[in-house]
Amino acid sequence: MSSTLPTPVPAVSPGTEEFWAATAEGKLLLRRCDDCGTPIWYPRPFCPACGSLNTSWFEASGRGTVYTFTVVHRSGVPGYRDALPYVVAYVELDEGPRVMTNIVDCEPDQVKVGMPVRVVFQDTGKGSALYRFQPDPSAGGGG
Amino acid sequence: MSIRGKAFIAGIYEHPLREIPDRSNSQIHAEVAAGALADAGLSFSDVDAYFCDGSAGFGPLSNADYMGLRLTHIDSTETGGSSYVVHVGHAAEAIAAGKCQVALVTLAGRPRSAAMGGGRGGFGDPTPDALFEGLWGMSGAVTGYALAATRHMHEFGTTSEQMAEVKVAASLHAQHNPNAFLREPFTVEQVLDSPMICSPLHRDDCCVVTDGGGAVVVVSPEVARGLNRTSAKVLGHGEAIKHAENGRLDLTYTGAVVSGPRAFEEAGVSHADIDYVSIYDSFTITVIETLEDLGFCEKGTGGRFVLDGTLVAPNGRLPFNTDGGGLCNNHPANRGGMTKVIEAVRQLRGEAHPAVQVPNCTIALAHGTGGSIGARMGSSTLIMGTEDA
Repeated sequence: MSSTLPTPVPAVSPGTEEFWAATAEGKLLLRRCDDCGTPIWYPRPFCPACGSLNTSWFEASGRGTVYTFTVVHRSGVPGYRDALPYVVAYVELDEGPRVMTNIVDCEPDQVKVGMPVRVVFQDTGKGSALYRFQPDPSAGGGG
Repeated sequence: MSIRGKAFIAGIYEHPLREIPDRSNSQIHAEVAAGALADAGLSFSDVDAYFCDGSAGFGPLSNADYMGLRLTHIDSTETGGSSYVVHVGHAAEAIAAGKCQVALVTLAGRPRSAAMGGGRGGFGDPTPDALFEGLWGMSGAVTGYALAATRHMHEFGTTSEQMAEVKVAASLHAQHNPNAFLREPFTVEQVLDSPMICSPLHRDDCCVVTDGGGAVVVVSPEVARGLNRTSAKVLGHGEAIKHAENGRLDLTYTGAVVSGPRAFEEAGVSHADIDYVSIYDSFTITVIETLEDLGFCEKGTGGRFVLDGTLVAPNGRLPFNTDGGGLCNNHPANRGGMTKVIEAVRQLRGEAHPAVQVPNCTIALAHGTGGSIGARMGSSTLIMGTEDA
């Protein structure tokens, strides 16, 4: 189950170094437009909402809800194919963006759309960590 | 400027094979090109424009060289499986603008026989989105489409049984196609009993994986008039990219909400005028969302719309994919846009299999979807008519 998911090392491109460095410290950063204020996802030093090049990092709450998910029963992805079944999801962060990720620390058949979740970091051992999400018992409601 | 009536599809060809281990992609491109030109009654020396996707080689250069084409107009727009519907629209625009007279569009690929390059075509750096989406075990296209299906079910109550009806309709058509990869009729129960791949999508919610290809030839009205073969008239075209919207993506609709209305407007036809539709069917959910987005039913009602044989030719309210579609017949190179155009032309010529030929088919629509409805996609809608439409 989910605890056995692999931790592939992210490729770091120019403009995303700080994002991945922060994950190793347990922080989820988002880029925000300094002109229109819109949080940006995926991280890039450009605002697709208004076209501004003025952007900066801020730390996200790490909380959100499941927007949608799928339980993967057949996979050709190295590492993952040995961890079936696993859950791929979009989590809607409290800041707005819907972020692709895995839901972990939860039986796949317990995952529901609207379920509150919070970020957990799983270290790659290479100066970065994967941001995955687990059920958030401290959040009320959901559904 | 409108393309309405300014170009005609004069030749089509679908490669008859579904597994081709012993030929190169370029050879398959050449074979389907020859087939479509022969169908039109034209030859390679008549071709002055060439269209292909980004996987065909070094843009259009490699295949132009391979086939010895002498060209004055080229286009290698790459929008995944929708590319070839885009190409027909662009070919019609170029012909209408006087840039060319005979446009050749080809597709080839061998995902069944040869390992695919991960869909990136070996173009160097990974795309910027892949850096954040390639980490989570997305296993081929099915995972993204499953994400869309889950959300559509959540918002609208769409069911697995309704999605299975799409496969059933396609299979009822494929049983008449001797080249179809899957020729046995399916039942809803069979689809639901097939192995779950990515919930809620079962194996039989997915299209087939086939080698092969296809080609079409788009020509000017002057050229069309000189040919013996019946052509299909290009009436309207629309194209769009729907992307991840800065992370605010909504997986319950596709780019057809943009490409569809533009195609209808240019063609000057309404939904009631459409006799036949080729709807991109990479997965059953693709068809349900696309039918809604093209306006054949209200958003959220696609699951109910496909019940009761709506899509089954020849007598359903909206006969679709009479070749068996990607779900049963053919999805060459993991890209279904080419075969969508080809079957629509067969219908307009009255040359579909007699068991699925739509009577008096005069207006047809072909819609392509490329990329993933789970993240970012290219959408293209093409409306065609008979020569006198």
